[in-house]
Amino acid sequence: MLSFSNISKSIDTWLNATFNSTWTMLFEMVIAGVGVISLFAILGLVLVLMERRVAAWIQIRLGPNRVGPGGMLQSLADTVKLLVKEGMTPDGADKFLFNLAPFIAIIVAMLLMAPIAFAKNFQLWDMNIGVLYVTAISSIMVISILMAGWASNNKYSLMGAMRSGAQIVSYELSAGLSILAIVVLSGSLNLNDIIQSQADGWWIFKGHIPVIIAFIIFIIAVTAETNRAPFDLAEAESELTAGFHTEYSGMKFALFFLAEYINVFIVCAIGATLFLGGWMPFHIGNWESFNHIMDYIPSSMWFFSKTFFLIFLIMWFRWTFPRLRIDQLLNLEWKYLLPISMFNLLLVTAMAILGWHF
Amino acid sequence: MVEEIGRTADGDIIINVGPQHPATHGVLHLVITINGETIKKVEPHLGYIHRSIEKMCESLTYRQFIYVTSRMDYLSSHINNHACALCVEKALQIEVSSRAQVVRILLDELTRIASHELWWGAMAMDLGAFTPFFHAFRERETINDIMEETCGARLTMNYIVPGGIMQDIHPNFQKRIKDFIKLYKSKISEYDELVTGNIIFQNRMKGVGYLSAEDAISFGVTGPAARGSNISCDVRKIYPYEIYDQLEFVEVLETGCDSFARYMVRIREMNQSIRIIEQLVDNIPEGDFQTKTKAVLKLPKGEFYQRVETARGEFGVYIVSEGGTTPYRIKFRSPGFSNLSALDHMARGSKLGDLVAIMGTLDLVIPDIDR
Repeated sequence: MLSFSNISKSIDTWLNATFNSTWTMLFEMVIAGVGVISLFAILGLVLVLMERRVAAWIQIRLGPNRVGPGGMLQSLADTVKLLVKEGMTPDGADKFLFNLAPFIAIIVAMLLMAPIAFAKNFQLWDMNIGVLYVTAISSIMVISILMAGWASNNKYSLMGAMRSGAQIVSYELSAGLSILAIVVLSGSLNLNDIIQSQADGWWIFKGHIPVIIAFIIFIIAVTAETNRAPFDLAEAESELTAGFHTEYSGMKFALFFLAEYINVFIVCAIGATLFLGGWMPFHIGNWESFNHIMDYIPSSMWFFSKTFFLIFLIMWFRWTFPRLRIDQLLNLEWKYLLPISMFNLLLVTAMAILGWHF
Repeated sequence: MVEEIGRTADGDIIINVGPQHPATHGVLHLVITINGETIKKVEPHLGYIHRSIEKMCESLTYRQFIYVTSRMDYLSSHINNHACALCVEKALQIEVSSRAQVVRILLDELTRIASHELWWGAMAMDLGAFTPFFHAFRERETINDIMEETCGARLTMNYIVPGGIMQDIHPNFQKRIKDFIKLYKSKISEYDELVTGNIIFQNRMKGVGYLSAEDAISFGVTGPAARGSNISCDVRKIYPYEIYDQLEFVEVLETGCDSFARYMVRIREMNQSIRIIEQLVDNIPEGDFQTKTKAVLKLPKGEFYQRVETARGEFGVYIVSEGGTTPYRIKFRSPGFSNLSALDHMARGSKLGDLVAIMGTLDLVIPDIDR
């Protein structure tokens, strides 16, 4: 069978048979690194094209359709353009921090790839604190934005960074609390265990209304955390021109751009893993034959289709809603989302203790 | 004059918004003083697109100077032309045929709808929603097609001459307008679904940019911006020109005095314009489209003033004539200039994001302000 887990297993066996264990370890790390970087490149190209296509579809226009078949190579052409552009550093900028910020952004996005299970038994690092790891690492993202805004020595950048700081720190709370709801239900921080706990049905179906509320809050919070419209105050085009990356150009800008899309992918992957069962096929209770047919669809297909569905949802938000104001944004979090998700967590805990879920 | 870069004595930050900025819709330069996100002062700096149109008009004849006015408020160029032609006609006491009058009004109202539609898209874009812009342009294109067919131009119409209109209407004119009305009525509900009813949008607009009726009058605010503060100032009603006094339409007034009131005025005004068009489109009288006038117009010695209602407010043309073929002095009263003067008053104390929204509800066209 040509599944991801089989391929990785056969590579592992071959490497172990050919080299000693140290070299095998080293080679595997290199392969994983190259894999992540190429996944980055592919995701960047696909997501940018997808965004432009979705936007065009919502905005009754055609979107990119000239470069390559159906405009497929448009984002490749854009990447080449960004690569050959001059990456300028403004005169008054703090050069070290200015150049460091985009790399932190991209490294954070890379680190977040580690615990995600892309398919059955196919994961870079099966750690037992997967959920905690994700929430911890994703907080570092705000440092790169603050760094970029501060080092640019530009008032627009600084304001964008300050907004982003307030926004990401506050929305992490409700994102974390809604993630906790699933942790409480499945009793584990390990992403694999969480997926396994959904073998007889995804949490969004099993968990009654509290989990649906948690899911909605999660989607809102991660949209804010990734600085996507309607919460794109950090770059607020009509107010701050481009916010924290006003002064960035060329590949340094491209890294921020890429990090944003990769972050969208990651949060959607986490959302799909926690609420929609990750790579777990759609199973209904004891419908044996139905479940059997569903198992035939490859697990990677399940994972990516769920993730891309959530990505589509977030893109749909972006092209439909106007932007919130900074005080409204913080009000929404502190006055509505946080109390609701706290109360919701209590409900979920009661539900888990009493075993009311399916 | 404040220091352009840096801080004030109180430690507030001074930011230059513009002359190149996505929110100013042109080369407007706002020097804003902010404390954190809160706006303390807005100081508009003008002159980046000043072409001295008023001075230019002094060396152009009374037929020629109309074309320059298309370049002022380019979104209601037809209405600007209309004002100039009316002023010249008033001075020379030229009778305009009823056919020309009806066609002028039809195109005026189409221009108003086109302008408000562009404003609607741009307004939503200021608030961070990109999609409405494309939806607005879908309908606006239809109007531009009508203009193109009849006037030969899509933006700077130059269709009105003293004494009537430049040429007769295109045979498709009425049919195209009826098609447009049908299209408009089927699509207008989308505007409300996409933007007006949106909770984020309403929260951004309601109670923001308060402009009381007294302030609106003292700043000389006209047009939809003033009618949002419940001031009856529609020139079409108060000083009717052409045949506006025979038409059935209501002057849209809102009592909210905030951004949302100004928004609703324009949305409702589009429906009133449609109502006017519906009354006229089937009743275009037969007859000459242009009254015979002399090849070279000479205005009698004196001063002449004519005002019309453009999409942005009251537009006035003031001609001082010494009896020659060119005016001695021309002054345009443009609505954008006085509306902009209220911006500082409205934006003080609100957040930076609101400044953009308030500016959007004023519907500024920069060449109209600078001339």
